[in-house]
Amino acid sequence: MIEAKKINKSFGEHQVLKDVSVAFKQGKTNLIIGQSGSGKTVLMKCLVGLYGIDSGEILYNGRDFSRMSFRQKKAIRQEIGMLFQGGALFDYMTVEENIMFPLVMFGDMTLQKRKDRVNFCLQRVNLENANKLMPSELSGGMIKRVAIARAISLNPSYLFCDEPNSGLDPQTANLIDNLISEITKEFQITTVINTHDMNSVVEIGDNIAFIYKGELWWEGNKNTILKTENPEINEFVFASELTRKLK
Amino acid sequence: MNFFSELGKYLLLMKEVFTKPDKARVFFRQIFIEFQNLGIDSLGIVIIISVFVGAVVAIQTAYNIDSPLIPLSMVGFTTRQSIILEFSPTMISLVLAGKVGSRIASEIGTMRVTEQIDALEIMGINPANYLIQPKVVAAVIINPVLIIFSMAFALFGGWLACVITGMVTSTDYITGLQGWFDGYTVFYALIKTSVFAFIITSVAGYQGYQTRGGALEVGTASTKAVVHSCILIIIFNLILTQLLLV
Ligand SMILES: Nc1ncnc2c1ncn2[C@@H]1O[C@H](COP(=O)(O)OP(=O)(O)O)[C@@H](O)[C@H]1O
Ligand SMILES: [Mg+2]
Repeated sequence: MIEAKKINKSFGEHQVLKDVSVAFKQGKTNLIIGQSGSGKTVLMKCLVGLYGIDSGEILYNGRDFSRMSFRQKKAIRQEIGMLFQGGALFDYMTVEENIMFPLVMFGDMTLQKRKDRVNFCLQRVNLENANKLMPSELSGGMIKRVAIARAISLNPSYLFCDEPNSGLDPQTANLIDNLISEITKEFQITTVINTHDMNSVVEIGDNIAFIYKGELWWEGNKNTILKTENPEINEFVFASELTRKLK
Repeated sequence: MNFFSELGKYLLLMKEVFTKPDKARVFFRQIFIEFQNLGIDSLGIVIIISVFVGAVVAIQTAYNIDSPLIPLSMVGFTTRQSIILEFSPTMISLVLAGKVGSRIASEIGTMRVTEQIDALEIMGINPANYLIQPKVVAAVIINPVLIIFSMAFALFGGWLACVITGMVTSTDYITGLQGWFDGYTVFYALIKTSVFAFIITSVAGYQGYQTRGGALEVGTASTKAVVHSCILIIIFNLILTQLLLV
């Protein structure tokens, strides 16, 4: 479980996060939703320590991450996998080298063990035999899948995904969502997902936190979100003609 | 004011760069990759420029010596001195600032804007150390080697020019090359080169690392890397000459 308590974060004069308190549960896909610019990415980057926070606490299974020394953080970082919006694959490395990279830097596995682990991860994201391809040779969906494979190569306890299906066609987006959801259940990972995609919300929204202008506005799940009376939520959920018709 | 805040940021980054690498084996492998990227890949352009400039220096020297009192072997001597003291270490370093500096800044800048640096950091790796240190170390070692090649080919270019134009005989030129030779000048040149190599790679690394935004900013970072390191090279050239030669 990851708990954020009263997180505040400003860039200069601009306060992006205001007293955000939210908990993310193990073995569940926890969604952070909200409009573009509402502060989802900033919240996620605060959670993983890419941005420092101005005040508040971030607890990883009770361990206070925000007050840790660099070395202690490093230990927790090895339990964290992250899927970046654009994939962030190392573009001078093959698919195999990308996935193997965390294993080389932090494991003491033999080469054969590392190769086995790479193949296992690739298989898990349905990309057998892509080992020798370069990132520039991959489609958008494949990049995301390789990035997932890299994120899970060290068997993380925590998985962060920033807009995992942005820029993908609806079918591929769905596939990625389901993949993340399956992996979360299978390995009992605490997964946090940023999204503004309503399909993801109704498909994999085990827990949902709605961020509005930098504040935690509403919490619930994929069932309660369709029934709530909260006007800002409704505006977000039923933004398109299609969803209004479905309602 | 702006200058001091940039300098402060640069020094803070260098503090992160020069820490112990996470994995020694990976670090040494990276150094060898950079020997290739920064050194061997630059050898071609270094040789071409050196041969031609060596030839021009020799011809101009010969052209300017028209007093019968000065022996023609002076052409060899003067060419050697100009090349070892100034042309090879400084001018070739300026060329490398363009070639290597822009390459490093755009490589690291692209990694920044595509979140690859964030990805490294998330894994618990110190990205500044991982990305910049091998480049600095490799360049400080390999650039002096490039400069030795440059000296040799420039002197050869000078010889070629003398022989082809017939302005100076081969014997005169070679006598001049060998006369009054002081090994300290080569030492001075190589020290300069290593300092310049440090400037080029660390400034380019800094510019790349600071990049925020997108493709446009990567371009700006790469231009800045070249301009700033060229200016620093010129300034440090003067400082080092004062310190080491006077
Ligand atoms: N590094 C930064 N410096 C200054 N402002 C930032 C920075 N990152 C994000 N912001 C601002 O924070 C707000 C929230 O951004 P973000 O979290 O990226 O939104 P989103 O919900 O679309 O992910 C935006 O107004 C953005 O301009
Ligand atoms: Mg975002």
